[in-house]
Amino acid sequence: MQRGKRPPRVGDNPAIRRTLIAFVLVLGALLVLAPLVVIFTQAFSLGPAGFARTIGHPDTRHAIMLTVVTALIAVPVNTVFGIAAAWAITKFDFWGRRFLLVVIEIPFSVSPIVAGVAYLFVYGLQGVFGPMLDSAGIKILFALPGIVLASMFVTAPFVVRELVPLMQAQGRDLEEAATSLGASGWRTFFSVTLPNIRWALLYGVVLCNARVMGEFGAVSVVSGNIRGQTNTLPLHVELLYHDYQTVGAFAAAAILTVLAIVTIAAKVLLERQGAGRASRPALAAPTAAPGNAK
Amino acid sequence: MKIRLDEVVKTFDTFRAVHGVSLDIESGELVALLGPSGSGKTTILRMVAGLEYADGGRILFGEQDATDIPVRDRGVGFVFQHYALFPHMTVAENIGFGMKVSKVRRTKAEVAGRVADLLRLVKLEGLGDRFPTQISGGQRQRVALARALAVDPKVLLLDEPFGALDANVRRDLRRWLREIHDELGITTLFVTHDQEEALDLADRVVILNEGKIVQQGTPEEVCRAPATAFVMKFLGDTNRLRATVKDGIASLDGLTLDAAGCPDGPADIYLRPGDLEWTSEGDGVAATVSRVIDRPDGRRLSVRTGSGETAELDVPPETVVAAGDRGVLRVVRMRVFAA
Repeated sequence: MQRGKRPPRVGDNPAIRRTLIAFVLVLGALLVLAPLVVIFTQAFSLGPAGFARTIGHPDTRHAIMLTVVTALIAVPVNTVFGIAAAWAITKFDFWGRRFLLVVIEIPFSVSPIVAGVAYLFVYGLQGVFGPMLDSAGIKILFALPGIVLASMFVTAPFVVRELVPLMQAQGRDLEEAATSLGASGWRTFFSVTLPNIRWALLYGVVLCNARVMGEFGAVSVVSGNIRGQTNTLPLHVELLYHDYQTVGAFAAAAILTVLAIVTIAAKVLLERQGAGRASRPALAAPTAAPGNAK
Repeated sequence: MKIRLDEVVKTFDTFRAVHGVSLDIESGELVALLGPSGSGKTTILRMVAGLEYADGGRILFGEQDATDIPVRDRGVGFVFQHYALFPHMTVAENIGFGMKVSKVRRTKAEVAGRVADLLRLVKLEGLGDRFPTQISGGQRQRVALARALAVDPKVLLLDEPFGALDANVRRDLRRWLREIHDELGITTLFVTHDQEEALDLADRVVILNEGKIVQQGTPEEVCRAPATAFVMKFLGDTNRLRATVKDGIASLDGLTLDAAGCPDGPADIYLRPGDLEWTSEGDGVAATVSRVIDRPDGRRLSVRTGSGETAELDVPPETVVAAGDRGVLRVVRMRVFAA
């Protein structure tokens, strides 16, 4: 065979390769990396003491607490909802199954601000349930319940989206096998279904959590932006920024960013564990003696 | 345990998968449900297991009506086509699962002892700590069987048990399943679309087509006396030659053959490749060799008859014959079905 210069593989032209890689690297640095660097340099522009002082401010602390509490409620509820919905969609045959899947995905495509406004019309004083709730003394809007509801709306698809393809691929065989061996429904769920979806489930939960903590649009409409009362961390960042408290705004933003980086790290780790795939990493080579049934 | 299906019906949406099937399976019998895809064989198996509910009819286990007993309490061992081993459990944990979730309390040592016994039975000693992804397909099949046997089922049900395995493994496992069955004497029902597998393994073969039983009997009965043209064709290679029947005599290219019991009119003569002999002259159907196919166990001729129909027949490997040769097909045995 002729040695020396061979034609490149399809799509592997050196000039195109270099240009493309350079383009992506430069754009990535400009779009993603640079802003991150700015956040941290600005947050620490008054030194660690200044950072600690802004973080220690009661309003900021309250915003952090509110964000965490919101996540602590919204994420578990959406997790249970996600498992239930994925189970219903993949293991049962019923009319409107595909439609349900589409409905659950709507929050992905709808602008969060639309969700916020919609909640205003449902639970607001001029809204459908507003007067009734008001006379019962239940406060949903401009309070924690509204914030949680709006966050849940926005993040409803995350867990379902991770679970449905996996559970569809796994089919019903495992559950049928467990049941035919005498396991109860709960037993089957906890010892067969759950272990097989755990990585995908965790992955969905991680993404859901990241979105709950970072949600701005929907929450900003329903929370009323009351400083120290209904301000979540993203809303607080905006408030501080508009007050020309640049360091404070960036310090709060830095906390959100750290949360995001932790989430990404968790996501990468989960992907290594095989989230979205059913198999376990093989610990030993499979034995090559399939026909030894003498 | 004796199993009885009484006029069982199953309909999916508008598609009727099983039409009033009645079947008796004697205690300790090994029965094959054989049919092409869509014949309802897997649906019948799943109804016996309780994984699917019958829309009509009854399923009896011994004297007990099991139709409405849920799968969990029905006491069947089901082996799935793709094994359905729990991927997050070891082989031993898979086999022990049924005992662990059972209402009958067993100590850890009892479970471990029984798992070890079963591993020995399925010849997988020493593989108890492996995960299903770490063993071969044939080994997985055996784990699935051990897992089903662990709960002492009244009946063993296997859905295309060897469908996903390659030919050699399949033959070995077939023999082995037969041995296990003979050793345990458990009533066994299995589904297959592979005639060779059904005939090789089963005491009795039930042939299904379009949700109905078309014939049932021992391998000898279905092979030697196929009830319909479908059974004849489904069980193996066949040649079909057109003929006319009058007064119990079929005439085929000037040749007359006994067709007692067949109504007058056009008929089809079915012949296996071994039912024909190749001679240079004599009584028979004149034909020309169009192709000679050599195989390890013989020689197959593809021929064209005088009336333009094609047929295949097996001849001894030392037969001297070449494409283009003219000769005569001698009919050794055949079956006639009204067309």
